Amino acid sequence: MEIVKSEKLSFEYIRRDEEGNVEGITRALDDVSLSVKEGEFVAILGHNGSGKSTFAKHINALLFPTEGVIHVAGMDTNDYGNIWPIRETAGMVFQNPDNQIIGQVVEEDVGFGPENMGVPTKEIWERVEESLRAVNMYAYRKASPNRLSGGQKQRVSIAGVLAMHPKCIVLDEPTAMLDPNGRKDVIRAIRALNDVEKITVILITHYMNEVVNADRVFVMDKGKVCMEGTPKEIFSKVEDLKNLRLDVPQVTEFAHALRKKGIPIPEGILTNAELIEALKNVNVGK
Amino acid sequence: MLMLVNNLTYRYNAGTPMESVALKDVNIQINKGEFIGLIGHTGSGKSTLVQHLNGLLKPVEGAVYFNGEDISDPDFDLKSLRFKVGLVFQYPEHQLFEADVFSDVCFGPKNMGLSKKEVELRAFTALKQVGIEDEYFYQSPFDLSGGQKRRVAIAGVLAMKPEVLVLDEPTAGLDPRGRDDLLNMLKSVQEETGCTIVLVSHSMEDVARYADRIIVMNKGEVAFDDTPQEVFKHRDELKSIGLGVPDITETMYKLKEAGFKVSTDVLTVEEAVEDFIRGNRC
Repeated sequence: MEIVKSEKLSFEYIRRDEEGNVEGITRALDDVSLSVKEGEFVAILGHNGSGKSTFAKHINALLFPTEGVIHVAGMDTNDYGNIWPIRETAGMVFQNPDNQIIGQVVEEDVGFGPENMGVPTKEIWERVEESLRAVNMYAYRKASPNRLSGGQKQRVSIAGVLAMHPKCIVLDEPTAMLDPNGRKDVIRAIRALNDVEKITVILITHYMNEVVNADRVFVMDKGKVCMEGTPKEIFSKVEDLKNLRLDVPQVTEFAHALRKKGIPIPEGILTNAELIEALKNVNVGK
Repeated sequence: MLMLVNNLTYRYNAGTPMESVALKDVNIQINKGEFIGLIGHTGSGKSTLVQHLNGLLKPVEGAVYFNGEDISDPDFDLKSLRFKVGLVFQYPEHQLFEADVFSDVCFGPKNMGLSKKEVELRAFTALKQVGIEDEYFYQSPFDLSGGQKRRVAIAGVLAMKPEVLVLDEPTAGLDPRGRDDLLNMLKSVQEETGCTIVLVSHSMEDVARYADRIIVMNKGEVAFDDTPQEVFKHRDELKSIGLGVPDITETMYKLKEAGFKVSTDVLTVEEAVEDFIRGNRC
């Protein structure tokens, strides 16, 4: 079943100057039709200003389509009565963890979501515990969020969303402000949610390495979806991605360059193991 | 030698039960015109060190010298040090505040007490250096894209003509092209003006590509201080302190383990391709 389905979705906003006069209209999303199946791990790539975040905010009913529709678990976001059920279905994690942590103590922060949903107290505590365990932050349940590192805070944010038992989590560049270790921990936690808890994950990122494990990748440019496919298919198009201000993992770029030099290995190599396998198959250097 | 950090130790909350050592006996020389990559995981002391370079933190134990003068000396002009060592914080675009781009860049040199003509000349030059076109000069900085805003913010520091430019993760949040453009811009600033650049980064790939020298911090101490080629030979030690080698270098290690004839001291994809073709040709 499709958990997110957008049909001909467009979003425009009006730019105004300081006096409030209309300066122009920007079309941030242009005719976007895409769907995400339940349980999928989907990544969205695109340069700054390509419309990724605008799209993400539609999934959570923070923004509403100017034209077209978007359904989340079958619910139309334009229907006012659906807003709260939609926000319980699709949780959102933003780039800066400091903007989304409100509790004085980690477990209080994680309990905030289910508490607002009217979940009975006993169940709140159960949810807090299981969510913190899922992101490997249970040991810090009594800590003050201020004393955590960026990666730890971001995992607390994810636990906070998780405690609401969403079917789908949308993460908008969750690792942009983290160091390499924090990034690894967060990505590991996200993958576990998808593998173990079967939660649909929609990950928006600039880090190509984080995309390698996704089931499907969408690439956005100028408000449109301009590429769609498995990571292998997407990263086979090294030049196209570079023209879109994006990049490929270094190992992919290396394999691509070797291929251009006449070594007959396939396109779209994503890991060192695949590269070694491919090179052995063509008997290079032996 | 432009700057010298000599036996510098710094403790947060000194004298309280919360005392923690942020820098431990750090010795660093910074030479004119170098492009230095400063790496280390969160909490390794990078930011504390950087804040000592322009006198935001004063040395308690040890000393920092600028052009041979001790910055802790009561006669030392700390204010001018802040112009000579420009600091660009993370997300510097959050500090833009003026009504238009040009005025924002003028703010720094104006505070130096320069003549109006000199201020404007410097702002113009700095905006050109970071690649902002004339058409944007009188727009509100808040109408620019994220990458442009960041360039304007950097121009604001460049306009003070610093001798050392320290940037704390200047590429965070930029898309891959934006990141490459910004780093190429810094490289050309260094080449054109002879300004020393200290780039604080979490990306091994970026420092491998751009820096002439890498300083690795770990637990408040300098773990390595050498050329990228030398530093990235310490793959296992780097991993053990939460860092690593560039992805392509890691690929070369894996290829070597699998029996291919490659060398493991390459740092960029171009070098790797050349090396592989040479060794395995193929």
